[in-house]
Amino acid sequence: MLKVDYEACTGCKVCEKVCPFAAIVVVPETKKAKVLDTCTLCGTCVNACKFEALSIERRAISEEELAKFSGVFVWGEWEKKEDDNKIKKVVLELLGKGRELAEKLGETLSVILPGYNVEHLIPELFHHGADKVYLCEHELLEQYTTDGYATTISSVIATEKPSIVLYGATPNGRDLAPRIAARLALGLTADCTGLDINESRQLLQTRPAFGGNIMASILSPYTRPQMSSVRPNVFSKPNPDSSRTGDIVRVKVNLSRIVIRTKIIEEIVSKDDSINIEEAKILVSAGKGIGDKENLKLIEELAQELSGTVSGSRALVDLGWIPHPQQVGQSGKTVAPTLYLALGISGAIQHLVGMSGSDTIISINNDPEAAIFKVSDFGIVGNMFDIVPEFIKQLKEYKLKKQDK
Amino acid sequence: MKIVVLVKQVPEADKVAVDPETGTLIREGITSILNPYCEYALDEAVKLKNAHPEENIEIVTISMGPPQTKLALLRCLELGADKAYLLSDRKFAGSDVWATSTALKEGVVNLEPEFDLILAGKQAIDGDTAQVPAETAEQLGVPQITYGVKVQIVGKKVEVKREIETGYQIVSARMPALVTMSKGSNIRRIPSMKEVLNARKKPLEVLTADDIGIDENKVGLKASPTQVARIFAPPEKVGGEIIDGSDHIDSAKKLLEFLIANNYIKE
Repeated sequence: MLKVDYEACTGCKVCEKVCPFAAIVVVPETKKAKVLDTCTLCGTCVNACKFEALSIERRAISEEELAKFSGVFVWGEWEKKEDDNKIKKVVLELLGKGRELAEKLGETLSVILPGYNVEHLIPELFHHGADKVYLCEHELLEQYTTDGYATTISSVIATEKPSIVLYGATPNGRDLAPRIAARLALGLTADCTGLDINESRQLLQTRPAFGGNIMASILSPYTRPQMSSVRPNVFSKPNPDSSRTGDIVRVKVNLSRIVIRTKIIEEIVSKDDSINIEEAKILVSAGKGIGDKENLKLIEELAQELSGTVSGSRALVDLGWIPHPQQVGQSGKTVAPTLYLALGISGAIQHLVGMSGSDTIISINNDPEAAIFKVSDFGIVGNMFDIVPEFIKQLKEYKLKKQDK
Repeated sequence: MKIVVLVKQVPEADKVAVDPETGTLIREGITSILNPYCEYALDEAVKLKNAHPEENIEIVTISMGPPQTKLALLRCLELGADKAYLLSDRKFAGSDVWATSTALKEGVVNLEPEFDLILAGKQAIDGDTAQVPAETAEQLGVPQITYGVKVQIVGKKVEVKREIETGYQIVSARMPALVTMSKGSNIRRIPSMKEVLNARKKPLEVLTADDIGIDENKVGLKASPTQVARIFAPPEKVGGEIIDGSDHIDSAKKLLEFLIANNYIKE
């Protein structure tokens, strides 16, 4: 509950101004703040009030209870690639960040690795910063299932009592992490863009809120472990150190078929490479500004000339012009290619949060006020239908000249 | 047969902006809508109802939110739901994923304990976290299938075509189960005048925590393991070189030079 201390309230209206949800007003008659039904208890007004007239009741837990939990854990997600298993890139990215957190806390960094025939993946985890790997092998874990994985990981967490558990916010990560959180009655902060340790040794989880328009720092003050998910390409992969090694803990997995309540009947693997925009080095991305589905051909031609991959904004997916796996942005994928070309993309905040981690951003848009220019390293205010064909022509000429030499 | 559809009302995200001076949201003209993925989930429920007249399917929508969420539920009734419940109470304020899923679970258990299938949107477009349905499924003790694009009822089982990173999977589970829906073949539609008028005759109940017997210590901020410590405006980005592209030949040349200088052109 958000409480107003009427003696302290001066009716200064600062709370009214800072509230992101228009949920607090100063009543003219009484000149005192009044909390409305729309209040989400986000605490913004409490921080802003100079007169300490606002307070939120929050629960506390003892220091001794918290101290029982120690260690940073990462879920070691892997995937089948060309008949071999491979650690997902996001796991290595999380190991980089996890190492940082573990060192700040003076704790160890571990990976929980459920699967079958995955022991050979362990050295790569050590090379990227893990001190310990909990190897949970069982034939029922050969394929990802919600129940099989949630049960296995929950039991490791419950026995090992880590202080932090991190998950990649991949499709499976988003399926799994909430299941574990609910099982253990824990907090879970999804899609974090920043993770740090505060002066009270708590995990400070930063994520975009309210459609990416504001950032929120989130704590899990009285439950352990603190759990977060992070999208691929948000943190950078650490440089591997092939001399690093660590401990392997073989976990005895008790799993029976009855526990796994879903059955995979069939898997239809798409051979289309263009689907994996998360790993593309160069992305040529189109937005509403291309005007017509036919104009996608121009985008495709440009992508081909630059050895890049086509992606797009939500508008194009909603129109059905490009498939959802190629969507960049908050409701699509977060990408961080070395080069991102934005054509006819205005740069709504939901799009920007999905691509602003790119090394170089180039944009062409006819609106000089387009927000995309604010994040661009190189921008052209102009008509893409004139500029792009001319650019392709010049690029071809340049390549020919190079060949001749 | 009973299908429960869990829905959320969201601000129309594209229209939200932040004031760079004060860091607060510009609220004028923001409308709230039924979250599109929840709408796809409802559409899928309606498709199942039409495909299985022998099952006599009843579609019940449940939402938790402030009183104005009634509008989103009315929309559900227009689009084919038979009944709607809104869990609305100040005691729910400040609920995070865990506390929200607790309230939804209690709602389902108290209002529609005989459910066969729960459908939900894969995520809400304001938070995009995709976590509430899975936590609700866990709290209800039922299996879940996420990212569905097509749902079929085969005897006592539900069979779902779902999106995975490399393509699609067909997954089945015995009911009761919870399925979250991606877009699939569903499209957002405008209800007919007849549907709009009809919806007003359907039951839409607003219930408090006491009405459904939820212990107030289990919901809201107090019961939320995550707490917002601070809200702030995202850091302002500083852009690079912006050129005037009215001369398309010259600007194409400059673009090529930029790409060459930064080693992006492969021969």
